Amino acid sequence: MFDFPYFITMLPDIWKAFQETVVMIGIALAISIFIGLPLGVLLYVTDKGLFWENRFVKNIFGFAVNLVRSIPFIILLVALFPLTKILVGTTIGPVAASVSLSVAAIPYFARLVESSLRDIDKGVIEATIAVGATPWMIIKDVLLPEAKSTIIRGITLTVISLVAYSAMAGTIGGGGIGDLAIRFGYYRYDNTIMISTVVILIIFVQLIQLIGEQFAKSLDKR
Amino acid sequence: MLEFQNITKIYESKNKQVVGVDNVSLKINKGDIFGIVGYSGAGKSSLLRCVNLLERPSNGKVLVDGIDLTQLSSSELRTARLKIGMIFQHFYLISQKTVGENIAFALRAAKTPKNEIHKRVKELLAMVGLTDKEDVFPAQLSGGQKQRVGIARALANNPSILLCDEATSALDPKTTLSILKLLKQINEKLGITIVLITHEMNVVKEICNRMAIMQDGKVIEEGAVYDIFAQPIKPLTQEFINSVVSFEIPDEILKDVKGQVIKLLFKGEVAGEGVISDTMQRFDVKGNFLHGTIEYIQERPLGIFVMELQGEKSTVDEAKKYMEQRGAVVEVVKHV
Ligand SMILES: Nc1ncnc2c1ncn2[C@@H]1O[C@H](COP(=O)(O)OP(=O)(O)OP(=O)(O)O)[C@@H](O)[C@H]1O
Ligand SMILES: [Mg+2]
Repeated sequence: MFDFPYFITMLPDIWKAFQETVVMIGIALAISIFIGLPLGVLLYVTDKGLFWENRFVKNIFGFAVNLVRSIPFIILLVALFPLTKILVGTTIGPVAASVSLSVAAIPYFARLVESSLRDIDKGVIEATIAVGATPWMIIKDVLLPEAKSTIIRGITLTVISLVAYSAMAGTIGGGGIGDLAIRFGYYRYDNTIMISTVVILIIFVQLIQLIGEQFAKSLDKR
Repeated sequence: MLEFQNITKIYESKNKQVVGVDNVSLKINKGDIFGIVGYSGAGKSSLLRCVNLLERPSNGKVLVDGIDLTQLSSSELRTARLKIGMIFQHFYLISQKTVGENIAFALRAAKTPKNEIHKRVKELLAMVGLTDKEDVFPAQLSGGQKQRVGIARALANNPSILLCDEATSALDPKTTLSILKLLKQINEKLGITIVLITHEMNVVKEICNRMAIMQDGKVIEEGAVYDIFAQPIKPLTQEFINSVVSFEIPDEILKDVKGQVIKLLFKGEVAGEGVISDTMQRFDVKGNFLHGTIEYIQERPLGIFVMELQGEKSTVDEAKKYMEQRGAVVEVVKHV
């Protein structure tokens, strides 16, 4: 069932696919942190009773986030082909795939950030308001540090979701591990590749989970 | 000086209004340690939080040193808040920052020059007795130590007022006492006005000079702590006073008492025992102590005695009148 010599000959292909997956996920993760983190903070601080309470802003962004999140990824992927074409010039390859992955991951991560911030004791925020701190100080020195560990867990979750999405993106031209699995495992009944990709993904996800958790724990001073 | 003028705070929730504070007017003088007492839900926190506008009053004004905070812009309000320290029952320190960083945070809010921050942090830590804890995280501190950090943070920018919302309610009696001592020290050394909320009369008795009692959002009684302890007027106030200086004589005992039972109050300099023994010598009455104590409130003695007087009714009346002339407050607990 598992053909080891064949596996060895396929290693360069597997390695290439893995690299593509990492590129896809890496770009998407960087973008979703870069945009999703401020967006999550915005969703939180414009909420009722907080220092930048603003129903209008909250509703607009909340709606946009929900909108994207309610579209199944496979549909989002196809729907974003024109945008991808404009941004990257092509719809093929890991960089192109990272566009739709980012669009899907931004609202996901933003919601995770928002919920991490919600876990902070309101009293701590009030105490710093009472001290006379500016909103920026509170965001930078209270909200983000206090939610640091849960935000890191949120990043771990986002990466894991991205791994799943990247496999889907792979099937329609994105490349990567998912593409490999479908091409060989599904169309050619190639069990060796199928098993290899599954094992690689399992190890990859476990590793991310482990590293993320260690990191989150080591940073938490509670 | 801190002045509340007709403060009302109404909370609007989904389909009903809750009155948190109901038309409270109160003056708190500079240098006072002012205690606000009341049961849960009486509106103490709501009132206190109107001082630094953590809660905006629905009506009325709060004047801090003559300035109406409700009229300030948000940046002016932040500046005003630098001068109003606040500490909380649950401390509310930034858990992911060290003790030093927590205090430095307050200093940075006041735009203290970077090179002065560390020196000031050291000073503040020394003041609250935590010199060696600068680099420790709050989770590694005891409750009392956390509150000390809270106090250091609140005092960082030399406030004129310190607000304490149940600052000792999460602490054991011994730690409570040490925190109260620290507050008193701060009040005396730095001249900071302290407003503290509590439901423990002991706290008030320990450090406050003036107090107010709140019920259903209203201030029902207000005055010098000594006077209120000596002669509480409202039933609720009496209930609170009784929780620390109780003169309830068990019914069992009252039933067996033959004479008239009176309660005598000697304020301050009047030496109660002297008056009582003089009375016993002068009049043909037999006195029998049922209860008695001398409490020290604000370092002023308050003598309270409950005794039975036996004798002719007219003589007993004369004896009571004599004691009143000598400065005692006489109250009949049980007629013959
Ligand atoms: N944010 C809020 N929203 C709605 N109602 C509130 C809010 N805060 C307080 N209240 C209500 O206002 C009233 C006074 O509450 P407050 O917290 O001031 O009482 P308190 O005297 O401080 O009580 P405790 O001793 O329990 O702290 C209560 O009936 C309470 O339910
Ligand atoms: Mg309260």
